[in-house]
Amino acid sequence: MKKDIILAGVGGQGLLALAGVLGEAARSQKLQLKQAEVHGMAQRGGVVQSHVRLSDETIHSDLVWEGTADLILALEPMEALRYVPFLDAEGMVVSNDAPFANIPDYPDTDSILTEIRELPQYRLIDAAGLAKEAGALQAANMVMLGAGAPYIGLDPEVLIDSVRVFFASKGDAIIETNVKAFRLGMAASQEG
Amino acid sequence: MPTRVLLGDEALAQGAIDAGLSGAYAYPGTPSTEITEYVQHSPEGKDGQVRCQWSANEKTALEAAIGMSFAGKRAMASMKHVGLNVAADPFVNAALVGANGGLMINVADDPSMHSSQNEQDTRVYTDLALMPCIEPATQAEAYAAPAMAFDLSERLEIPVLVRLTTRLAHSRATIETGAKRDQNEFHLPEDERRYILLPAIARGRYEELLAKQPDLLKASETSAFTHYTDAEDRSLGIIACGIAYNYLMEATGGEHPHPILKIGQYPIPQAHIERMVAECDAILVVEEGYPYVEEKLRGLPARTEPQIRGRLSGHLPRTGELNPQLVAHALGIETPKLRPTSSIPAPRPPALCPGCPHIDTANALKEALSDQPNGRVFGDIGCYTLSALPPYEVVDTCVEMGGSITLAKGSADAGLHPAVALIGDSTFAHSGMAGLLDCVNDDSSVTILIVDNLTTAMTGGQESSARNRLATLCAGIGVDEAHIRVIQPLPNQHEANVAVLREEMAFNGPSVVIAERECIQTARRKARAKKASSGGTA
Repeated sequence: MKKDIILAGVGGQGLLALAGVLGEAARSQKLQLKQAEVHGMAQRGGVVQSHVRLSDETIHSDLVWEGTADLILALEPMEALRYVPFLDAEGMVVSNDAPFANIPDYPDTDSILTEIRELPQYRLIDAAGLAKEAGALQAANMVMLGAGAPYIGLDPEVLIDSVRVFFASKGDAIIETNVKAFRLGMAASQEG
Repeated sequence: MPTRVLLGDEALAQGAIDAGLSGAYAYPGTPSTEITEYVQHSPEGKDGQVRCQWSANEKTALEAAIGMSFAGKRAMASMKHVGLNVAADPFVNAALVGANGGLMINVADDPSMHSSQNEQDTRVYTDLALMPCIEPATQAEAYAAPAMAFDLSERLEIPVLVRLTTRLAHSRATIETGAKRDQNEFHLPEDERRYILLPAIARGRYEELLAKQPDLLKASETSAFTHYTDAEDRSLGIIACGIAYNYLMEATGGEHPHPILKIGQYPIPQAHIERMVAECDAILVVEEGYPYVEEKLRGLPARTEPQIRGRLSGHLPRTGELNPQLVAHALGIETPKLRPTSSIPAPRPPALCPGCPHIDTANALKEALSDQPNGRVFGDIGCYTLSALPPYEVVDTCVEMGGSITLAKGSADAGLHPAVALIGDSTFAHSGMAGLLDCVNDDSSVTILIVDNLTTAMTGGQESSARNRLATLCAGIGVDEAHIRVIQPLPNQHEANVAVLREEMAFNGPSVVIAERECIQTARRKARAKKASSGGTA
């Protein structure tokens, strides 16, 4: 098993929490893990990305090779497009379909979505709608983790256990909201 | 053995705790901040077994660490690469006085300048101070490095530098942690006079430091992080330093036709280098940061046999971070065909958060200067530097920590008016106060606008050493209390704030305006913590 994943989003969207759940899942399955994150200045509403590499063999580089990522999991559609050079020829893009337009010259949303639809494999997810259905808009990141789950190479139930571990200190209500968000995201993704 | 998923920074911190650390000293700075935060959140940090509060700046941090080492305990000072410039004075002299308790200095470099003003390579400082340096390649090595550093430090009575780079500092991996050893007991050095760097003693200490160099060289040649792997095809030898070794392994996919020297400790392991020079027709040097090893290997005039390849020869880019595809390219290994970059994504630079007090300060400052074409704002290091970008565009300079006040002073001395310094509370406490004293002593016409958001916001909301005492500090330095004004950066205070700024810019002497409102991120975090501790479900 070997999966190279690019996580993409904007500072404040909960991308590092998503990465944290993936890391916990890898640890629990005794998989090798490398997970490069962006901290510091870029988190002030700027671009945030993380390279996540999972494997049952030794992983050397903390960074994914361009042109080899199995999955781009994006909390924001323009950010999904930013990383397409990392994508393998047959790679999958799973993206939130709603823009986070915190810049004055944000491009036309339709042209972004059109370009994503031209990729060989993609899923566009209504993360906000499903997060609301789960009970909290802040759980959009877990909706997207669920949407990416079929392509991560781990048993989704393992990921759900990791969601529970990651949010353990926040209490049962928050854990269940996030688990529900994950399941809704996964169902939407499997519907295509 | 227990396993944990840790950042390189965190692995280093856990390694230090397990290696018997007594004191962690630091000023926050990306990508080093998480070293000290990890210690602060650890059981040992929380219960006071390991001292770990933030210091006012990197110099005070390193000095305190030297003091703890003097008293026999193991100490570390952590900082980002440019922080070592601030601490350079104690750093270089620490090598002369030596260590008693193990002394480790952790410096995190930021090639590609993700969150920095330059991409200086800390290894260059090892030449200046004649100090050894350990450069871990992986999170597991980062965990092991402190025990090595403290052992070397105590055995040879010398501080040890540990160099990290962004991709190790801020990348997680699963690591196994080991047994924890006891802290040192308090014990003073046998020869206390070695800490008195009067010229007569300093000359002797310099001789001592030079005499340690062969032992330091032997330590790096036999380091657990340095190894020479021979191979049949000696048309090329490869030297890979620190994290660059990972990119090399990734690029070759485990196939190693050429001899490889992995370097994880300095001074540069000469015996291995001599072997590679004797046995290989060409040498590729792969290193993150400056062409530090490459430049020495090339020499003057540049060596032609073997041919030395790397960042200076153009086989690798001269600037910026490495990655697997750059290393593959330098080796002539085919890289995957890439999908073209999409033309759609627009840049999304970091920005001030909605509701940030700096927005209101920037707006007031912009209006106050609107009828002052010669007015300039000398900025500093912090979130407020983002007000140099649209829509504010109100900051004219940003050089280094604490520089705003004295840059403003120098230009005021040359006749610029109004000269405004824009500096945050934490940066003022870090290295702004001495500059303010210069302004007071010289009666300089400088308006110093201190944006007090009650935290060190840019690095994630660490406690600011100013601790909301700015008016008292400025009065103590000698600013006339009539010209220490406190404003509230809120939209409904805009007109009043503009008026205060205009009055103080018109004043012919040093004046301070303190714009005081808590960082909204810090305020939110505190509110969440309060709600959680009161039994809510935040």
